[in-house]
Amino acid sequence: MGQITLSGVTKRFGDVEVIPPLDLQIGDGEFVVFVGPSGCGKSTLLRLIAGLEDTSAGHISIDGRDATGLPPAKRGLAMVFQSYALYPHMTVRKNIAFPLRMAGMDKAEQDRRVEAAAKVLNLSSYLDRRPGQLSGGQRQRVAIGRAIVREPAAFLFDEPLSNLDAALRVGMRMEISELHEKLRTTMIYVTHDQVEAMTMADKIVVLNAGRIEQVGSPLELYRAPRNTFVAGFIGSPKMNLVTGPEAARFDAHTIGIRPEHIGVHPTMGDWRGVVGVSEHLGSDTFFHVHDTGLAPMMTVRAGGEVGLTHGDTVFLTPDATKIHRFDQNGIRL
Amino acid sequence: MSTQASRSAARLMLSPAVLLLLVWMIVPLALTLWFSVQRYNLLTPDRSGFVWFANYAAFVTSPAFWLAILNTLLLVGGVLLITVTGGILIALLIDQPLWGQGVVRILVISPFFIMPPVAALIWKNMFFNPSNGLFAEALRGIGLAPFDFLGQAPLASIIVIVAWQWLPFATLILLTALQSLDSERLEAAEMDGANPWNRFRFIMLPHLARAITVVVLIQTIFLLGILVEILVTTNGGPGSESTTLTFLVYKEAILDSDVGTAAAGGVVAVILANIVAIFLMRAIGKNLDA
Ligand SMILES: Nc1ncnc2c1ncn2[C@@H]1O[C@H](COP(=O)(O)OP(=O)(O)O)[C@@H](O)[C@H]1O
Ligand SMILES: [Mg+2]
Repeated sequence: MGQITLSGVTKRFGDVEVIPPLDLQIGDGEFVVFVGPSGCGKSTLLRLIAGLEDTSAGHISIDGRDATGLPPAKRGLAMVFQSYALYPHMTVRKNIAFPLRMAGMDKAEQDRRVEAAAKVLNLSSYLDRRPGQLSGGQRQRVAIGRAIVREPAAFLFDEPLSNLDAALRVGMRMEISELHEKLRTTMIYVTHDQVEAMTMADKIVVLNAGRIEQVGSPLELYRAPRNTFVAGFIGSPKMNLVTGPEAARFDAHTIGIRPEHIGVHPTMGDWRGVVGVSEHLGSDTFFHVHDTGLAPMMTVRAGGEVGLTHGDTVFLTPDATKIHRFDQNGIRL
Repeated sequence: MSTQASRSAARLMLSPAVLLLLVWMIVPLALTLWFSVQRYNLLTPDRSGFVWFANYAAFVTSPAFWLAILNTLLLVGGVLLITVTGGILIALLIDQPLWGQGVVRILVISPFFIMPPVAALIWKNMFFNPSNGLFAEALRGIGLAPFDFLGQAPLASIIVIVAWQWLPFATLILLTALQSLDSERLEAAEMDGANPWNRFRFIMLPHLARAITVVVLIQTIFLLGILVEILVTTNGGPGSESTTLTFLVYKEAILDSDVGTAAAGGVVAVILANIVAIFLMRAIGKNLDA
């Protein structure tokens, strides 16, 4: 079980409305990612669900039960914090057992569950160390271990990977996804990194200034962003947004075209420009193209190695079927 | 300071200061040890000479000696108990966001700025005085007979005065420690189902361990030497009921003009202080390791 429904949930800090009234359905067993730029209210929304902040208005229900006024411990949710929030004076074993101990579970059952969790998370040989003696990735796993022993209705993660280095981040991303496959428990995951959102989520919730811009699967958001904000936020590198006469030609105020949907040719094509910076990744090359008269800078992707360097003239041709059209309010047409 | 050259240069430059401190310490210590084995009474300057350990024997067998040791330990222990528990409670209280926080904090800290004899006199005359003190007035107000605090419970009264003086220090140290506690850790414990008492017991108290250790060690150093508060309130009495080791040494040296016995008492006091220090470091010193 782990169904969470938010209806009209609002959060104000004094006069500042951080979360305007917001509705959201999270189904049992879903992996939901809240993504948005820094300061858009992702953590606040997560803390509202956890019960660490009081809602200013609206209702939260968990598994059909109204949880709006329930204290955090009674909601049956577990949270993994960005700082891990481990207890530094306790061993890993005691850290993981802490929620069980607080629940008054008997010692043998505590040990059994801690051992089981440690095995899942590859922590068995570190159980008698203290958090200070562990690496970042291991600490992260202890925090996850402390969450899973309680067998909660849902897991809440607040930017859990942002303190790890890039290689470790990719590894932990996989581990969390695998954990979700194994446990099939609802997970709500907050991140500002759209790559994490795209790779992990069943359902992405794009937030902007506390408002939900769009909810959908990663591919839905990629194929049909509902507005220019989502269009610019999802996908890497960012979608090119073009306004003016060229957009008018497509009967829109703004058109969006992803770097991977633009053809590159040295002598012929629709739009003429000059190559600026190029990023060679081996499999792909990304060019920044200037002086096209469309936007200050267009990003394009060329497969493999293309013999273009800084200052070369280049012609770009968009794939007409992959052009996104938006009206003057930035809403998809 | 990593290379051979810089290390020896550092040693060279430190040596004058170290030497000075060494002399400063060694000379008085040597003199005290020397006096402690001499017959040296200012009232009878003609009778002097080496007496072996007679001064020690006299000090240790004096009727007030064991009571003085007990009183010293009670004073130190009592003040530590009150200041640490009181300090934790007040720190928890003023860490809450409350109206007029700044003023409250200044008020809490102010006793520390009052010099000891003044504080002791205020307590003696304004609060404890059995005929016109505030406590006597309050007791009369609820229909009870006034209580002669300094006469009936002299040591307890002095413990209260000294604890009042040291409470701000403990509070200040514990408050800063409390403020350095990551709030996410408390929230994690809250989500883990810990009630307020368990959050205090399992998260805050371990976090405060190091600060409590610092408070205990620093206060012990100062509390072993408490003299003025006793001097201006009870003068060690009635009888020897509020005489501590420090006060006993003072009495021998100044009131009885017996420098020899006072020096022997001083050496005994130093030994006692070291026993207390070893005991404390054994008991709580490991909290100071990072
Ligand atoms: N306790 C608080 N008091 C006042 N404002 C807050 C508080 N917590 C968060 N905010 C504000 O709410 C907004 C959203 O914060 P947050 O949810 O932490 O953003 P995110 O996690 O998306 O980066 C920010 O503008 C932040 O300044
Ligand atoms: Mg955040």
